Amino acid sequence: MSQPTTVPDTTKPQRSEGLWRKSVKRLFKNPGAVIGLAVIVALVLTAIFAPVLAPHPPNRQDPLRSLQAPSAEHRLGTDQFGRDILSRLIYGTRVSLRVGLVAVGIAALIGMPLGLVAGYYGGWIDMTISRVIDLMLAFPGILLALVIVSILGPSLFNVMVAVGVAASPNYARVVRGSVLAAKENVYVESARAIGAYVRGIMMRHILPNILAPVIVLATLGTAGAILSAAALSFLGLGAQPPTAEWGAMLSEGRNYMRLAWWITTFPGIAIMVTVLAVNLLGDGLRDSLDVRLRT
Amino acid sequence: MSVYLLQRFASAFPVLLGLTILVFSLVHLVPGDPAEQMLGEAAVSQEVIENMREQLGLNRPLHEQYLAYVSGLLQGDLGTSFLARRSVADMIGRVLPSTLILTFAGLGVAIVLGVSLGVLAAVNHNSWIDNATMVFALIGVSMPSFWLGLMLIFTFSLQLGWFPATGSGGIERLILPAATLGFAGSAIIARMVRSSMLEVLGQDYIRTARAKGLGPRTVVLQHVLKNAMIPVLTVIGLEFGRLLSGTVVIEVVFSRPGIGRLLVDAILKKDFIVIQGVVLLSACFYLLVNLMIDLSYSLADPRIRYS
Repeated sequence: MSQPTTVPDTTKPQRSEGLWRKSVKRLFKNPGAVIGLAVIVALVLTAIFAPVLAPHPPNRQDPLRSLQAPSAEHRLGTDQFGRDILSRLIYGTRVSLRVGLVAVGIAALIGMPLGLVAGYYGGWIDMTISRVIDLMLAFPGILLALVIVSILGPSLFNVMVAVGVAASPNYARVVRGSVLAAKENVYVESARAIGAYVRGIMMRHILPNILAPVIVLATLGTAGAILSAAALSFLGLGAQPPTAEWGAMLSEGRNYMRLAWWITTFPGIAIMVTVLAVNLLGDGLRDSLDVRLRT
Repeated sequence: MSVYLLQRFASAFPVLLGLTILVFSLVHLVPGDPAEQMLGEAAVSQEVIENMREQLGLNRPLHEQYLAYVSGLLQGDLGTSFLARRSVADMIGRVLPSTLILTFAGLGVAIVLGVSLGVLAAVNHNSWIDNATMVFALIGVSMPSFWLGLMLIFTFSLQLGWFPATGSGGIERLILPAATLGFAGSAIIARMVRSSMLEVLGQDYIRTARAKGLGPRTVVLQHVLKNAMIPVLTVIGLEFGRLLSGTVVIEVVFSRPGIGRLLVDAILKKDFIVIQGVVLLSACFYLLVNLMIDLSYSLADPRIRYS
């Protein structure tokens, strides 16, 4: 007895959807990633509902209540100006998440097109872009971000730009490597054969197939961006007073450590928990998407 | 080996050239007139600004300025700070030893702690020791170093009085900054040592070494660790660069003199000549260390020959 044969519908990208669904399932089986995601969701909700959640206005000064230890009225104490630490931490969530996302967005917007063009065209275009990437990577750690801040001047926005630009070569390198492998695939050759435009091939055929490493890099990069931006604000080069930014709060409280440990302790814990959550999610995504980053 | 060395130096040349162009451009990328920016509130008259432009050579054509800059660099002249009225090379020379001591001490902490924890985790794979080490590593890379530094000052200086909180000179003023600087690095190295060792532990020659009756200590130290070192060396090279730039924050936290603090002060005061000098020197150090790491591969694995 012969079995009825079914012809698969090749017009729909079924394999790709299946892979993404499997990856999401694998992600939710990873306890670390689930904890990380839950903390991030909680942080996002805190940022959105900051005016409702904060017990006091973040910048309201009360000299009569300065340097007060944690109490029922001020659960995490007050700083040298009598401002409520908990309220400033809650509003600081907005700043930190925004800095992380904007910096990563800038890095991806600069790095991805460079990597796409270098990997797709090859030749002198690839060589030129690769040398620029090498040059940018010759700056260790946050030094490149410091150089950019020194040009643009200290401010929170400039820190986002600086951290984003400094991280962009990593994206360019990862995307370039992925494009070099992807452009040899049959579907790209077929698109080229039917006369598709180069831009169409890059955006419709190559980009969706190289997104996995970019997603992982962007997630882990968000953690790095939050840390770098907090460090720059701590140095006085980022958020300026009275902005409730965690790095700047730490910096303001360091002269009062002997009298009021809570001013420096809680913002540090907030930074660490946020970065830890993003790193947990990033590690989980890397495992579930089965990505090896070549940065 | 010497041919390879020459080739590596030759390949570093375009990057060095690019670095000088980028660092030279720093002054010219500043929005507005660099002379006015540097003078700030002191820019009271056009004459003062013009004098500054003359002093910096900003009135000359760009290519002439660049050639003068490079020729100065080749003679060890990094320029003169307008604000300090001192040679930048002299300013850097005074504080560089302190930064290098801190960087190497931090690297020492990172390597000793990282390799020990990585070996411990790999040897006890899937045990509570392995899990605890990986949790430590995750916390290590997520903890802001400036916060860790402040917490160490609070605990060991202000509460226990074991170490001085700030300043430089003497081993007792180096322990807390070096521990702070090396902590995150140790987490990264521990992760790399663990994964690299786990890969080597599954190889046939390790089974052979065990089968011929070698003790676990000999197998781990002589066979596993040595073969797992190549990726670890790469990470250590990258870590050196991260630690060198990490000193910026640590020197501010512990009020230590160093090129990091010099750089932050220069950025805040818009002293671009000092910024140029510090940035160029740090990037050159980083390039040199990466070259040394490349060369050290043959020591870790004699199969790697340079020709």
